[in-house]
Amino acid sequence: MNIDWAALGSVFGVSLVVTVSLVGLFTLGIVGLSKQESASAQGGGSAVMARTGAYACFALCAAAVAYGIYLIVV
Amino acid sequence: MEHITLLLGIVIVTALVFDFTNGFHDTANAMATTISTGALKPKTAVAMSAVLNLVGAFLSVEVAKTISGGLVNESGITTEVIFAALVGAILWNLLTWLIGLPSSSSHALFGGLIGATLMSVGASGVNGDVVVTKVLLPAIAAPIVAGIAALLATKLTYKLGSKADEKATAKGYRAGQIASAGLVSLAHGTNDAQKTMGVITLALVTGNVLAPGSNPPMWVIVSAGVAIALGTYLGGWRIIRTMGKGLTDLRPPQGFSAQTSAATVILASSHLGFSLSTTQVCSGAVMGAGLGRKGGVVRWSTATRMFVAWGLTLPAAGLVAAGAEFLTGQGTWGIVVVAFLLVGGSAVIWALSRRKPVDHNNVTDDEIGESAGVVTTAMAAVSVPPTAGAVASLAAEELKTTIPAPAGSSAEPASPAPV
Repeated sequence: MNIDWAALGSVFGVSLVVTVSLVGLFTLGIVGLSKQESASAQGGGSAVMARTGAYACFALCAAAVAYGIYLIVV
Repeated sequence: MEHITLLLGIVIVTALVFDFTNGFHDTANAMATTISTGALKPKTAVAMSAVLNLVGAFLSVEVAKTISGGLVNESGITTEVIFAALVGAILWNLLTWLIGLPSSSSHALFGGLIGATLMSVGASGVNGDVVVTKVLLPAIAAPIVAGIAALLATKLTYKLGSKADEKATAKGYRAGQIASAGLVSLAHGTNDAQKTMGVITLALVTGNVLAPGSNPPMWVIVSAGVAIALGTYLGGWRIIRTMGKGLTDLRPPQGFSAQTSAATVILASSHLGFSLSTTQVCSGAVMGAGLGRKGGVVRWSTATRMFVAWGLTLPAAGLVAAGAEFLTGQGTWGIVVVAFLLVGGSAVIWALSRRKPVDHNNVTDDEIGESAGVVTTAMAAVSVPPTAGAVASLAAEELKTTIPAPAGSSAEPASPAPV
């Protein structure tokens, strides 16, 4: 019996970290966008900040999806 | 020679049928959460998944070198063994679909191969160690890994998003969920359509049509891709319902967390060398997401039935395959009998499914617990007729009480054939 505990462990670790950080990033992006809406309604510079932050989060998520597609193709 | 050609033809058709059942069985993995949270309309969701499955089938140039992953000794495999294995896998896939339980199509195929090999070669043809490391352990690990990831992700997203307006964020969650579901579909097309291509290629090699070590011919790639896409488009609505509504009630943040966790675990596992079943990963992710929300519940009765189905997949498909292999070993008439049994069995299961159709119209209706009714129906229909008339009337009475007519299906008698 040769169980590859190392592979199982790394699948577990990588999945956990990637899932939680992706979901976290995406949530920050969504929250940032909704903040931006309320902030721009009041007027002020924080709207730009929120919007930029949100787009940065989404860009990172898009990069992760692209990497996922790369993994499938190669 | 003529005999081989006929058998080979039957095997190719059967392999494509398996590919088709694989497609509609596994639509739920990618699209159940997407449909139940309303991110996509049911028909749109299955169409998108079908297209991505088809694309996935063409994407990878890496051929499934071994169809069984070392579970059985493939050098001794004959065309009859492949046929018997496919029969076992198809019937198990259809049965689990009828009772609406997600179970692994790959494990059904493995079970079929093991059963057929045991019957034809004996215990020496099966590697017991590999069964444990490639089937049993992953079946336990998959839901745990995906479930914990989804649980933590759900908790985090609710924490971070607690201050934001729920309506404003729902749209974003849905968009993210569609992206994750797309990745799962694409990965599924690449892996599972490859599996069928491997089976057909192996059958062609053992039938001396192709030289050993050949790549699958173009027509094999195209037909396998089309079969899995058609199956996906037809949609295994019963399983989608169980996964999207039966296990737990999913809201957009949960659906997003579950699907992202599933996509991540599937990609991580297939590239870090510890393969996990897509179905088991997705089911685990859904349950984890269900537990992650405050006040969220997992319906453990449904989950338990699902776990039982996972445990039965290997032995049940193996048993059917062993029986089929025994018959095909008797000569041409045995092969014909098995083919008829396969068609007949599938027809019976389909007829049973018509009693309580689930389709894209009622897939997200709120009436859960109907799966139990379907099980009762199936059990009543396939069990030996009771000897005493009193028992029969009692059973009929019970059927009437446990299966109330669904509002959705009686209102729409002319709805298209569900799958």
